[in-house]
Amino acid sequence: MTEIGAFFAMGGYAGFVWSAYGIAAAVLGGLSVYSWRRYRDSIVTVERLQQDLGRRR
Amino acid sequence: MTRKQQRLGLLALGMAALGGATVLVLSAFNDNLVFFYSPSELKATAVAADRRVRIGGLVEANSLSRGADARSFSFRITDGADDVAVLYQGLLPDLFREGQGAVAEGKLRPDGIFAASSVLAKHDENYMPREVVDALKKSGHWQEGGAAGMAQKK
Amino acid sequence: MINWLANPARFMRLSAKAVPWCSWTAVLVLAVGLFWSLMVAPPDYQQGDTVRIMYVHVPAAWMALSVYLFVAVASAVALVWRHPLAEVAARAAAPIGAAFTFVCLATGSLWGRPMWGTWWVWDARLTSVLILFFLYLGYIALANAFDDPSRGGRAAAVLALVGVVNLPIIKFSVDWWNTLHQPASVMRIGGPRIDISMLAPLLIMALGFTLLFAVLLMVRMRTALNERRAMALRLNAGAIPAPRPGREPVVSANTVVP
Repeated sequence: MTEIGAFFAMGGYAGFVWSAYGIAAAVLGGLSVYSWRRYRDSIVTVERLQQDLGRRR
Repeated sequence: MTRKQQRLGLLALGMAALGGATVLVLSAFNDNLVFFYSPSELKATAVAADRRVRIGGLVEANSLSRGADARSFSFRITDGADDVAVLYQGLLPDLFREGQGAVAEGKLRPDGIFAASSVLAKHDENYMPREVVDALKKSGHWQEGGAAGMAQKK
Repeated sequence: MINWLANPARFMRLSAKAVPWCSWTAVLVLAVGLFWSLMVAPPDYQQGDTVRIMYVHVPAAWMALSVYLFVAVASAVALVWRHPLAEVAARAAAPIGAAFTFVCLATGSLWGRPMWGTWWVWDARLTSVLILFFLYLGYIALANAFDDPSRGGRAAAVLALVGVVNLPIIKFSVDWWNTLHQPASVMRIGGPRIDISMLAPLLIMALGFTLLFAVLLMVRMRTALNERRAMALRLNAGAIPAPRPGREPVVSANTVVP
């Protein structure tokens, strides 16, 4: 087996090892993306509201 | 006493009461919280003949033998002080080997042999690469498996 | 000290600087940690390559416990001293802790199947970590259950404090009772029982997870403070406060209108 093949095979435990890393990446990455999007939205909302308030005065 | 101190005192009292209650509950259910009995515990407690129990310990060295059909196994589980003969038909986990921990679930037959319906492997807290093990064995500092850890446990 | 930290304006100023810095450090540390875990670290003499699952499983477990402790301490500060930032911090941290706990449970299951021979057992360690996961879910549900956020916050804070008894149970379950899970390898009396070639990537991954937690915590706290500010601006403008996304006020048939 080639070296790269051996790396992906994980000594015959590829399914378990890669699933574990995949789940960790999906959950923590998903939470990061969600948190960041909501953060961006909150900034946009505050800016819009401040502009609205400024225009009305 | 300010309101703040009052709240702090109430919190401390609540946490203390909660801690005490937890200790009481845990000690009351102590027997139900163990996942398995060691062979000596199994012999010390009178277990009803048809009750399913789990026994755990180390698979005794040189005790594993395979049946003719390659799916039936017999081995002995030991805790250093006592040991139990186990019969099992099925697949063994990858980590199952002599000198390593295992937990068998099944019934103790009247003849003192444990008929297992499932066998799980238990590993110890040691992690190291192959080369380190070889080096330790060469220098004579090697202790087989988690023998010490498993035997010390009660 | 607490008073100094509990100033929302000061938090916004400091975290604005800290977030980018921490983010890039977290990315760098996690990249090094992943490379080390998957490529450099040797296979275990008993468990072969499945030992690589340890490098996410164990740091996730440490985070699951320490984030819960963080939530509980912040809840206590919120209950006793009524500091405005403490409750924001506890609420922001809980979902991160729940995510780490889920990762710990899922990766543990994927490790247990090939090595122990089972996805799951009801031993004291596994069961107490599952309870921790439900405590997180209960906290999140309770914190968001009321239209009046301060009421939900107080109930959730009490739950967080009650759940603290679970932390020593998780930590010492492997010593107090016979479990299928092995005893502690790193934080134990007498030093770690892991070879340095495996301990190094484990600690790097743990540092990476801690940095990730710090970044997510700050970002989520900033979000909460922004949303709070948006609410205040709406009230200021005389508009009806718009409900937070996904949390429409429920008017049931038996709501008593005074």
